[in-house]
Amino acid sequence: MMKNRQHIKWGFLFFFLPVVLWLFLLIVLPHLELLRLSFTKANTGKLTLDNYLAFFREPIYWLTFVRTAGYSILVTFLVMVISLPVSFYISKMVRGRMTGALMILILVPFWVSELIRVYGWMILLRESGILNHFLVTLGFFKEPVEMLYNDITMIMGLVYTSMLFMVVPVIGVMDDLDNSIIEAAYDLGASKIAIWRTIIIPHCASGLVNGGIIVFMLVLGSYLTPNLMGGKNSLWFTEQIYNQIILYFNWNQGAAFGFLLLALSSLIIWVLLKLTKQNLKEVVKK
Amino acid sequence: MKKVVLVLMVLVVVGGMLFAQAAAETKNPVLRVITWSGYAPQELLDKFTAETGYKVEVTLSNNEEMISKLRATRGGGFDLAQPSQDRISSVVEQYGIYQPIDYTRLNTDQIDPSLLEAVKKNTLVNGKSYAVPHVYGTEGLVVNKAKAPDIKDFKDLLDPKYAGRVSYRLKRPTLIGMGFSLGYDPFALYADPAAYQKFLNEMEKVLIAGKPSVKTYWDNGDQLLQSLRSEEVWAASAWEQAGWKLHAENPNIDYIAPTSGALAWVDTFTIPSKSENLDAAYAYINFMLRAENAAFFTNRETYGTASKDAVNYLDEEIKANFTRGLPPEVLANINWYPTVPAGIEEMEGKTLDKIKAAR
Repeated sequence: MMKNRQHIKWGFLFFFLPVVLWLFLLIVLPHLELLRLSFTKANTGKLTLDNYLAFFREPIYWLTFVRTAGYSILVTFLVMVISLPVSFYISKMVRGRMTGALMILILVPFWVSELIRVYGWMILLRESGILNHFLVTLGFFKEPVEMLYNDITMIMGLVYTSMLFMVVPVIGVMDDLDNSIIEAAYDLGASKIAIWRTIIIPHCASGLVNGGIIVFMLVLGSYLTPNLMGGKNSLWFTEQIYNQIILYFNWNQGAAFGFLLLALSSLIIWVLLKLTKQNLKEVVKK
Repeated sequence: MKKVVLVLMVLVVVGGMLFAQAAAETKNPVLRVITWSGYAPQELLDKFTAETGYKVEVTLSNNEEMISKLRATRGGGFDLAQPSQDRISSVVEQYGIYQPIDYTRLNTDQIDPSLLEAVKKNTLVNGKSYAVPHVYGTEGLVVNKAKAPDIKDFKDLLDPKYAGRVSYRLKRPTLIGMGFSLGYDPFALYADPAAYQKFLNEMEKVLIAGKPSVKTYWDNGDQLLQSLRSEEVWAASAWEQAGWKLHAENPNIDYIAPTSGALAWVDTFTIPSKSENLDAAYAYINFMLRAENAAFFTNRETYGTASKDAVNYLDEEIKANFTRGLPPEVLANINWYPTVPAGIEEMEGKTLDKIKAAR
């Protein structure tokens, strides 16, 4: 008995140690260093709260954050609205082979990197791009218009790049929904809106919240899409962090911004969960 | 039994790591270079490997990333870097990421003496110099003369009649070029932070007011070339070789030096303080500055080179670029970047953020 336990410990240690080392050396330790940096003054190394206070004192910083968070919530909402019918179609309307084919169609764009996908959109939408070329040849426009470098394009790009992360969890919960419940509702004369409102959406709530958290975090932390598609007006909060660390060599300020992003985004998710009366533990379990 | 197997597995893994470490220390055939895109053409790298046996690993970067990466490793990870000469001495003082150059190991007679002296002087810290000149160039305007004939200076980029047809970088050269163009001397204000802040506030106002003219702020060379080539953008602040490249495709587009003076930079070779292959680094510097190699690079990329006799190997059309775009009277009017004092970049950063965020 005793000997047996020893074996388990060795094996456990061998497989457990890399994970712990990985987590500790590559994730925990750098974060601790960043945390220390965020509370010290650049160059002198004195303890200070200035880096955090700068965020609240300079309107440009917190306004950028508010803008980023606001757009992230909007994008998450749009992704939910688009994903629900898409998921419903894939999970309930089509059968067998078709389901797999549609899932692959959603997945395929994610086989290439985000950068390539964004450049793809840029080729389509730019002033001398494909879409403009068609619209002008077909006579819809007299001359090409610039479709890139505005907030609407940027939001569209963000919705596109994060769709998958909503569709997959929602399909997951939708598969569990018993078709007979929907049929029964039809038999009893419920309208389509009523069915969506009282049966489908409540059933999918956990999937929606799950996907919502992922999408919100992804969008809030994205750098490429806002930068490339948003152009001259799109200061995203991640860009502020990049600028502080890479361009202005102010690691302390950048680290403070990083932790503020972490804290504020967690806070937003917590508030949204409370508002929608969802429980994080329940959501994660499903 | 299981225990023995596990112990063996651990030994193999750990032993393998140690062995790999030992093997790496005995011979170092690799030179790790961090440089700008285009500065290390594959043909020259192959020639260098054939000549010396060193294999070159190239990482492409820019001034800010070079400094940030080397700062993160305290000067390790690369054996040779190529920052601009104005971004060296303050970085050496603050972070100590480069080591002094041993000029006796260089063939200094193949380098243009005036450039070498200027770079030595500008990178002097505690009696030692930290850089060797490699490439020089200017930042001015690339203009499509058929579409925007009136653009002659940086300040013309603010002209509302070119709304949506102008592009520039949202980086420090734009602040400085615009400053010279509007009658300031930003370099003279470097020493006085309060005056410089006042100047920056002025530039912030000017550039925010000029925002409707901008199509987008470009931040990489290909993006700029693409938008000028497709005639989406008519005028941009850019380096001369972008203009010359496009001039070969479309004669309407060309580089012009702004009337207030082009901004000139020199990119250098520097050796990071934890360089692991000094021999290869010096060999590479000597190789790249040899006249025929430097000329190969200039013919390909159209940047000016610090190699003294390279001009003998240049193609005619490349020479013509220099006489057309950078004649002596333009060179006499050039504003050379002085060393950036510590703290200035942070001030500029905040200004640039505000411009980008403004509506």
